[in-house]
Amino acid sequence: MTVTLPVTADPAALTETPKDAGRWSRLPAKAKAGTILLGVFILAAIIGPMVTPYDPSYQNPSPSLSLQAPSAAHLLGTTQSGQDVLSQLLVGIRLTLELAVIVGVVATALSVIVGVTAAFLGGFWDDLLSLLSNVFLVIPALPLLILLLGYLPQRGQAPTIIVLSVLGWPWGARVIRAQTLAIRNRDFIAASRETGEGTWRIITFEIIPNEVSLIAASFVNTVLYAIGASVALAFIGLADLNSWSLGTILYWAQSQQALQLGAWWWFVPPGLAVALIGTALVLLNTGMDELGNPRLRDASSVAKIGGHRLHPADPTPVLQGGAPRRSAFASFAHSFSRSSLLEERSQSARKPAAPQPGGER
Amino acid sequence: MPFIIRRLVFYLVAAWVALTANFFIPRAMPGNAVEDIMSKFPSLQPSAYKALEAMLGVGHPGSIWHQYWSYLDDVFHFNFGTDVVEYPARVSTLLFETIPWTLTLVGSATIIAFVLGTGLGIISGWRHGGWLDRVLPGLMFFQAIPYFFLALILVEVLAITVHIFPLGQGYAGGLIPGWHWAFIGSAIYHSLLPAFTIVVTSVAGWMLQMRNVMITTIGEDYVLAGQAKGLPNRRVVFTYAARNALLPQLQGFGLALGFVVSGAIVMEIVFSYPGIGLLLLNAVTSNDYPLMQAIFLVITFTVLLANLIVDLIIVFVDPRARAREAAR
Repeated sequence: MTVTLPVTADPAALTETPKDAGRWSRLPAKAKAGTILLGVFILAAIIGPMVTPYDPSYQNPSPSLSLQAPSAAHLLGTTQSGQDVLSQLLVGIRLTLELAVIVGVVATALSVIVGVTAAFLGGFWDDLLSLLSNVFLVIPALPLLILLLGYLPQRGQAPTIIVLSVLGWPWGARVIRAQTLAIRNRDFIAASRETGEGTWRIITFEIIPNEVSLIAASFVNTVLYAIGASVALAFIGLADLNSWSLGTILYWAQSQQALQLGAWWWFVPPGLAVALIGTALVLLNTGMDELGNPRLRDASSVAKIGGHRLHPADPTPVLQGGAPRRSAFASFAHSFSRSSLLEERSQSARKPAAPQPGGER
Repeated sequence: MPFIIRRLVFYLVAAWVALTANFFIPRAMPGNAVEDIMSKFPSLQPSAYKALEAMLGVGHPGSIWHQYWSYLDDVFHFNFGTDVVEYPARVSTLLFETIPWTLTLVGSATIIAFVLGTGLGIISGWRHGGWLDRVLPGLMFFQAIPYFFLALILVEVLAITVHIFPLGQGYAGGLIPGWHWAFIGSAIYHSLLPAFTIVVTSVAGWMLQMRNVMITTIGEDYVLAGQAKGLPNRRVVFTYAARNALLPQLQGFGLALGFVVSGAIVMEIVFSYPGIGLLLLNAVTSNDYPLMQAIFLVITFTVLLANLIVDLIIVFVDPRARAREAAR
């Protein structure tokens, strides 16, 4: 197989920028699918609890209603104690999404604060915050979450939200810090500094608006993490087991042997809901990636010019223009990170100018 | 200072943070194991409090620094105290019984998933817009499924409806664990379904990541140069593009490892697999704090060690890294 190269392409067609890039029809198919799928679940979360046919906790004492397969009266069947699965599901979607969105907002806000602060303060504080986020990235989150929640006296929505938010910021902070460092050295920031804008004004009106897509991606990722973690935590019993979330439904299904009793209608719908919400978020994120990096788009969105299938040849957006300037301590601290090994250009560019300080050779 | 030594120092810092968090969390949180037992057995006199503390090794004598040092000393000697639930058993004994199961299952399944996902990522990145790209949204669905939920479905379909695979457990009942074929065969047979679950749920993530890096790498000039020289496609794909795309992929492997391990451990619960997951569930349901703490430490240290191995591989695979090492 050979790659068709854009040799015969009309340069005018290449440089033409799409005028309606923000429009719905120009969005990558993955982003559209993700938005629609997510919209369905958000709608279910909003109106679901109002239209539940039964009280999700009501245990119908009638023995014929225990573990009943789906029927007209109970569209998704009943649990062992005669509770309506559909009602539990509708309430559960609300609770799970609520938790995930709150965690997403809080953790993303934390990562913006940490990332921007680290990039702006520089020096010691930057190194400390970067080291901290790197450390929390390699420590597996779930066992730490279990430990934290296990020691909490009461288990409910609020402690889970707090603990998930506290551990959810490092990834976003890392990406946002890198982007802030790159933007900070651009000319328009220098210009606004010259016109006398304060640091806070520069951060809130110049830097943050330029990072919206990154912050959005970080938010989507955090929501995904929050859903996965909260469902897993509830599944092992670390949640308020009297409330109905997708995780607690699965917990009760597992602990009351739904699997062994063959009651698929009990554990398949909540698990499927988790999987579909997750798929929607992954699709949304991939779609946003493709929006930012057109090379990643699949063939259907690739332009056809002159009969040749043409992959957009625009350069991929690069986060860091050149080697970031580092203080002596910062470069010493950075040399401990894994990325220091892969940063070829910055290393070789810097070497002839000045020997890298810090660290004995 | 060589790169690997620097990374080792970094992981030591991470390990120290984990150890310190593990030390301070129980002291910062209200409630403890002793009070838990006291409330379970109301007949116990208040004077039993001190005795229980001493028995469980959770008493806090001396200053906080003294406690901290003796705690580090205990961890260093694998002394995690006595188990609250299976009382006379040492926590370390319970861990040594379960770790080999989890390590073998999750370790080998993760490596299989990584190799498979990277291979598929190379193909789908090279044949951009091919059939593999078309099944990508389907793979994303599998990526978004919680590990334990896929496990539930697989058990329902393959073990309960069609009796191809066993319902759970690590090996057939009645067998005595040991190095003989009946046991090893049974253990492998019982691990197939859990391993399959890990591979199916994590393969899409590796594939997507590799695909994206491949597509970016293929746009590089040296790949074009390789093609212009008339090199066979296979050489361009593997030696030029994939080799370079592998480095960011390996970097990502280290970071995603904790996530995979966490998911796999919860999944073990569904299969009643005799690994650390089931131990964790028991620890949580019975408020077995010493066990929870020990499990946290063991998982964290294992993931840190795996990260260090990944770093070693990066140095080995990347000639630039070796050259820079030599120049240092």
